[in-house]
Amino acid sequence: MANKRIDEPTGTEFVGHEWDGIEELDTPMPRWWLWSLYATIVWGVIYVILYPAWPLVNKATEGVLGWSSRGELAEEMSVVDQARATVREELARIPIERLPENSELFGQAVAGGRSAFQVHCSQCHGSGAAGSQTLGYPNLNDDDWLWGGDLKAIEYTLVNGIRAPGVDDTRMSVMPPFEGAFDSDQLTAVTNHVLSLSGKATSTASGAQLYQDNCSVCHGPSGEGNRELGAPRLNDAIWLYGSSPEQLRTQILNPKMGRMPHWSGRLDPVTIKMLSAYVWSLGGGEEFVEVAEDPAVEVDEEP
Amino acid sequence: MKSRDPSRASSVPPRREGEERDWSVVVEDGRAKTNEPVSSAVAEPEATTLRHEPHEPPRQHLPTKLFEKRTKVHNKRIDGPFRRFKWFVMFVTLAVYYGTPWIRWDRGPYAPDQAVLVDLANRRFYMFGIEIWPHEFYYVAGLLIMAALGLFLVTSAVGRAWCGYACPQTVWTDLFQHVDRFVDGDRNARMRLDAAPLGPKKFSKRTFKYTIYLIISFWTGGAWIMYFADAPTLVRDFWAGEAAPTAYITVAILTLTTFTLGGFMREQVCIYMCPWPRIQTAMMDEKSLLVTYKDWRGEPRGSVKKAQKKPGKFGDCIDCLQCVAVCPTGIDIREGPQVGCITCALCIDACDKVMADIGRPRGLIDYATLEDCENEANGEPTRSPWKAIFRPRTIAYFLIWGSVGLAMLFALGVRSHVGLSVSPDRNPPYILMSDGSVRNSYTLKLRNMESRPRQMEIAVEGLPDALMWTDTIGRDDAARSQIKTVPADQVLSVRAYVIAPEGTSTQEFNFRVTSRDEQQESATTETRFDTPGGEQ
Repeated sequence: MANKRIDEPTGTEFVGHEWDGIEELDTPMPRWWLWSLYATIVWGVIYVILYPAWPLVNKATEGVLGWSSRGELAEEMSVVDQARATVREELARIPIERLPENSELFGQAVAGGRSAFQVHCSQCHGSGAAGSQTLGYPNLNDDDWLWGGDLKAIEYTLVNGIRAPGVDDTRMSVMPPFEGAFDSDQLTAVTNHVLSLSGKATSTASGAQLYQDNCSVCHGPSGEGNRELGAPRLNDAIWLYGSSPEQLRTQILNPKMGRMPHWSGRLDPVTIKMLSAYVWSLGGGEEFVEVAEDPAVEVDEEP
Repeated sequence: MKSRDPSRASSVPPRREGEERDWSVVVEDGRAKTNEPVSSAVAEPEATTLRHEPHEPPRQHLPTKLFEKRTKVHNKRIDGPFRRFKWFVMFVTLAVYYGTPWIRWDRGPYAPDQAVLVDLANRRFYMFGIEIWPHEFYYVAGLLIMAALGLFLVTSAVGRAWCGYACPQTVWTDLFQHVDRFVDGDRNARMRLDAAPLGPKKFSKRTFKYTIYLIISFWTGGAWIMYFADAPTLVRDFWAGEAAPTAYITVAILTLTTFTLGGFMREQVCIYMCPWPRIQTAMMDEKSLLVTYKDWRGEPRGSVKKAQKKPGKFGDCIDCLQCVAVCPTGIDIREGPQVGCITCALCIDACDKVMADIGRPRGLIDYATLEDCENEANGEPTRSPWKAIFRPRTIAYFLIWGSVGLAMLFALGVRSHVGLSVSPDRNPPYILMSDGSVRNSYTLKLRNMESRPRQMEIAVEGLPDALMWTDTIGRDDAARSQIKTVPADQVLSVRAYVIAPEGTSTQEFNFRVTSRDEQQESATTETRFDTPGGEQ
C-alpha cells in the first residue's frame, strides 16, 4: 500500500478512486461504529439461541423460547374463539324467533353466518348467494321462497335439508313427470297457460283446463304456489329452471327437483342459527306471520 | 501503487548525479507540493486541486487508521448574545415539547378535550380547532412539504440555523452538557475528572450525573406518548400499570435513545448519522450565511506579546483556542466551514469576548456569506448579514412555502363535514324480484365529521320510479329518500337496497346525502344501477 496519497486540507489518505477530478477520501470510521457491529453479532447469537433459526431437513431449530409463528397464530385464534364464546352462548340461548329483537346480537349472527356461508354454502349458492340459473340453485337474495322465507322456515330448511335422503323431517315433495301424459298440442297449451300466469303468453281454454286438472293442486289455481309442498310460484318473474317454453316443457315432462343436504349433524345449532340470520338478511327475508304475535314463545334463560 | 501511464513516467526530471532528493517536497510543473498534511486554514486554495501524479515518488504514508477513537468534547461555559438566544430557543422548544399535551381544548361531549392529540385507535388527529380524518392525510403530507420547504428556506438564508439552535439533537445535547457542567464543573474540571481514576468521589459524581440523565430521558420518552392518548388519564394508567404495553415499550425505547444520543453520542450523531448536514452542504451557496473565521484578518496567528514585539506581522487571532473550547461539537472553526459545524455561533460569543478584552474589533469569527468574506478580504464594501437573508432564492422559497400553507388553510376552511362513499354489490350485480322489478344493493358509508350526532337524508337522484330502503328500514317503507342518524364524529355503514320497475335499463345515478341541520351540507356520489336488460 505504498504511494497512498494524502489530501492536504484534511490530512486524510485517498482511497485511490477518481471521478472527473473528484476523489474519495479514506476517512476513518468512528470506533463506536465498530462496537455497533459487535453488538449486532452478539444480538445475532442471542437470537439464534432464543428463536427458530437454522433450517434443517424437516423443520428449523426450535430456539429455547419455543416460539413459533404457528403457535402464535393458534394462540391468537384461541383468544378470538374465547371472545366469541359469549356471543355463541347468547345465540344458543335465544330462540330464533326472538333474534331480530336484539339487533346487536343479530348483527353478530349475520357476520358469523357470512363466513360460515362462504365455507359451507357457497359451493352451490355462490359466494354472493345468487345461486345459479343453469345449475338450478336458487338465488337467496330475492323475495321468492320455495319453502318459506322467515327465519324459522330458513332454519328448518337448513336443519333438515330438502329431499335429503334418510332424514325424516326433510322438506319433501315430488312433482310427477308428465312424460307421455300430454300430446304435443296439450303440452303447448299448458305451457302457454303457465306462461300466461305472469303475462308472458296468452292462454287458451284447453290450456287453462289442463292446468286446472293437472297442476293447480300443488301450484294453485292462479299459480301462486304452495310453500307447504315446496311448489314454486308460477305467476312471478322468477324461474329457477328458466322461463323459455322449451325449458318449461322439459320441466313439465321430466321435472328437475333440487336437493339440499341437511346440516343438523354437521353444523352446530349456533352456526345454523347464524346462517339463517345471514340468509334472511340478504334482502328477501320475510317477517313472521303468526309467530311474531305469539307470546308463548319465550326466551329460554337457561343455556 | 504502480505508475499506470509509462509514457508519463519519462517526464520525470532527470536526477543529477550525487543529489540527495528531498522526498517531502514533490515538484511538479515547477510547483512544490508538500507531503505533510496541511490545515485548510493555512493551505493554499489550490491545494485541493493539486493532484499527486502517478509517476511521482511515494508520498509520506500515514499509519493506517481504520477506526478513529473519539475525542470527548468538553465545551466551556460562555455567555453572549448567541448563547442567550440559544437559551431562549432551548426553553421554548422544550416547553412546547413537554407542555403541549397538557393544553386542554373543549370540543364538546363527543370528542377528546386535548388540544393536540394523535388518536391512533380512533384514527383522528386533533390540533386545536382542526380535526383531521384519515382520508384527509394529505394535510399531513402538506405539513411535511411545508417543513421541508421551511428547512430549504432557513438553510439558504441563514445556513445551518436549524442544526445550531432548534434541532432536537442539539437542544438535548445542550441540556445534557449543562447537566455535565452542573455536576462535574466546567471544561477543565471535567477533563480532570475524566482522566482521574474511578474512586468513590468520581463514582458518586457519575452516578448522580447518570441519574439526572435518566430522569431527563424518561421524561422525554414519557412526554412523547402523551401525544397519543389523553395525557392525565395516561399518566394515571401508566403508574398504575394499566397502560397499553406499547406505551411502556415506547417510553423504554425513547428513554434509551435520549440517554444514548443526548448523553453520549452527541456530536457523533451530527457528524456521522444525520443526513441533513450533507443535504445542507448541497443547498448552501456563496450567498448563504454561515459562521466563518475571517482568516485574512486573523492569520498569521500570534499572541498579544508577539504582536507588540513585531507590530504589523501578526493578524488578529491570538491563538487562544477559546473558539475551540466552547464548541459543542469540538471542531476548530478556523479550519473553515466543515460538516461538524452546526453554526451555533458560540465561538462568535467566545471570540468577541476575547477581542473586547484585548481591545480589537469584534467579528473575527462572525456570521457572513462567502461572497462577503471575499469582498471584505479584498477591501471591498460588504453588506449587512441581515440583507443576506433577502435574495431571490429565499424569497422564492418563502413564496412557495407560503402558498402551500395558504392552499391548505383554504382547503381546510371550505372542506365539507359530510361525506358519502358508495360501493355497489357486484356479486350478484342485480337481483330479479318476483314482481319482475330489479333490485341493486349498495353499501353506503355516511361520514359525519361534526362532533355531534346529525340526521342525514339519503336520497336517490335520477333513476326514475326507483325506491330505496335499508337494512334497518323495511321494504314496506321504501321511498325516494330515507333518514338516518349518524353518530357524532363517526362513519355509519348502511346497506341500501334500490328497486326499480321492470324494464329499467342499466344506468348511472346519484346518491345524495344532506345533513338535516342549518348547515345543509351535502355530498353526492355517482354509482351504477345494473339490470338484466343492459344499457339502452
